[in-house]
Amino acid sequence: MAVPTRPAASTPPLPPLPLPRSPGGRQGKPPKKRRVNESVRTWRLTDRIGYVMMWAAGLLLCAIGIGILVYMAFKGLQYLRPDLLFSSPTADVDQSKSGGFLDPLLGTVLITLIGITIATPIAIAAATWIVEYGRPTWLARLIDSGIEIIAGTPDIVIALFGLVLFQQGIFGWMSFTAAGGAVFGRSFLTAGAMMSLIALPMVFAATREGLQSIPAHVREASYALGKTKAATIRRVLLPSVKANISTGAALGMGRIAGDTAIIVVLLGASLTLDPEGSVPGLNVLKGTGGTLTSYVYNNSPAGEGNAPQKAYAAAFVLLLIVLALNFAVDLIARSGAKTGLETSRLGAR
Amino acid sequence: MLDRLREPWTDRRAGLLLGALACSVLAVIVFMLVFIAIKAWPSFAHNGLSWFSSKGVVDQQLDAMVNSGPNPTSADYQLGAWPLIYATLLTTFFATVFGLIFSLLSAIFIVEFAPEPIRRVIVPVVRLLAAVPSVIYGLIGILVLAPFIGNSVISADQKTSVQFVIPLSGTGLGVAIAVLTVMITPIMIAITVDGLHSIPRAWKEGALALGVNRWRAMWTVTVRAARPAIIAGAVLATARALGEAIMISMVAGSKGFAPNPLDGFTFFFEPIRTLAATVVEDAESINAPAMQASLYAMALVLLVGAFFLSLGSWIAKQPLKKYGTRS
Repeated sequence: MAVPTRPAASTPPLPPLPLPRSPGGRQGKPPKKRRVNESVRTWRLTDRIGYVMMWAAGLLLCAIGIGILVYMAFKGLQYLRPDLLFSSPTADVDQSKSGGFLDPLLGTVLITLIGITIATPIAIAAATWIVEYGRPTWLARLIDSGIEIIAGTPDIVIALFGLVLFQQGIFGWMSFTAAGGAVFGRSFLTAGAMMSLIALPMVFAATREGLQSIPAHVREASYALGKTKAATIRRVLLPSVKANISTGAALGMGRIAGDTAIIVVLLGASLTLDPEGSVPGLNVLKGTGGTLTSYVYNNSPAGEGNAPQKAYAAAFVLLLIVLALNFAVDLIARSGAKTGLETSRLGAR
Repeated sequence: MLDRLREPWTDRRAGLLLGALACSVLAVIVFMLVFIAIKAWPSFAHNGLSWFSSKGVVDQQLDAMVNSGPNPTSADYQLGAWPLIYATLLTTFFATVFGLIFSLLSAIFIVEFAPEPIRRVIVPVVRLLAAVPSVIYGLIGILVLAPFIGNSVISADQKTSVQFVIPLSGTGLGVAIAVLTVMITPIMIAITVDGLHSIPRAWKEGALALGVNRWRAMWTVTVRAARPAIIAGAVLATARALGEAIMISMVAGSKGFAPNPLDGFTFFFEPIRTLAATVVEDAESINAPAMQASLYAMALVLLVGAFFLSLGSWIAKQPLKKYGTRS
């Protein structure tokens, strides 16, 4: 196919030549916006179709995102009342008497804290070991891909795994034990432990990225001052990746707060917090309960409650929590972000 | 004992401790595979390969398992999970195909063509879509999309044409695919954008200098060079779509029914239930031994599928390494 030629008369004037550069190299990056003097109208038809479809996809994406946000905000503000936030839910057919969602809100906070408390140390240890030690190499590579596999495992599979794991006799202290010695396996502790597997890959990825971006001379300077490797990790490296760790932790918390499958299977997804045993504090952890996600699930037309107004209100609160965590990520990592779409931020590695 | 902990750690001890914690990750994976396989074994043992086939009505079989009591006979284990597997394959396949087209175009837009004001909107939008919990997607699907489709899109003729097979209410395959596509798009966009950014600028500038237009330079040079990243992203998104349980169980109609492609466009309105959705819905009756074995068998299928997709994503990413880009 011939290259389309343009008549000489309509050839646009050449852009002014750039200033001659010194041979020392380019100064900074080339400017991002290049004004290219070409019109889409001169393109081939297939190119034009592609170009239009691309614009359509981009605008549709914006429309979906903004649509979801506006719709949830509208419905949420319409149904959200302050007393919903401060009253416990009760089972009642009459929606005006079935209470608010104080207990699910507390459940969300509790499960998020338990999950992230378990996930963060393990993730930091794994990332530090892989970057700073990493011998033997095959083991490091194996652990790296192992975490990738955990990131790709469906949450419902993790939930069923938790159920069979924590019904073993040695984990009896974590949940309710029936008279015959059968372990129930469902409690805040067991659900939190499994939730840590959801958050672990995100904290790991963020920490590893941070450690890898520390230049080698920082470590060498520390060794030259006589610090051991362990002291270097503790006093030099980990403090300087604090921002990365917080980013990963905030993302992991958002992921935990938004997970439903593990709650339904491992926490019982009950309306209120049901403490188990007599030790204050531990009894809540050993008991079952629900979170905002399970509350929304149960109050949607698919669940038993079927109270869409309450589901909208709770979903709005949940969305606010998740967005606040994402906003925190932005505040922490403002300097480091290049495109804002780093894969480690979206839970993909 | 406590004094020993307080003295400065030797490198060796620190390395061993950190390494042991890192290895606990591997232990978790091994335990997960072993425990789930042990629990799933009775179901496969009683059914053999016919577990994957279609025999009888799957919902009736599951109901019979709930009522079979603590000592189920071999007949109680009978399960032909093909409708559930078929539904999983359908939703995953369509969502991945639509998502791939959608996310590739959006990624090109974000990287190359979007004007600055739009870029400032679209990047937070992608991150918003990635952050929204699946239960909220499900809520919007069941309260907005499904009633709309049930009342306005499905005609009375379509409802009567299949009324003796399956009632149509709006929830079904189509809504599930649409919502699932939106859910998996952000991951694909992120990985594709990463891949497009990692292609050396000079390659595309070379094409531009030879006189092709901007779209063609992007499409034939940068996108083609970033193919491994795009495939890796699609594979990873497939794994996400495979395991999505809550949203599907809310919007897909929750019936163990295999939609018939011969129904024409009505195909997309027929209700389904995927493997993951079945597990989450029947988890409350997991104390019945037959049910328990069946649910763990479904989880094992999902786990093995996700494992191979992780492997596939890793293999797909390998060619990118030769450009010297990270991950």
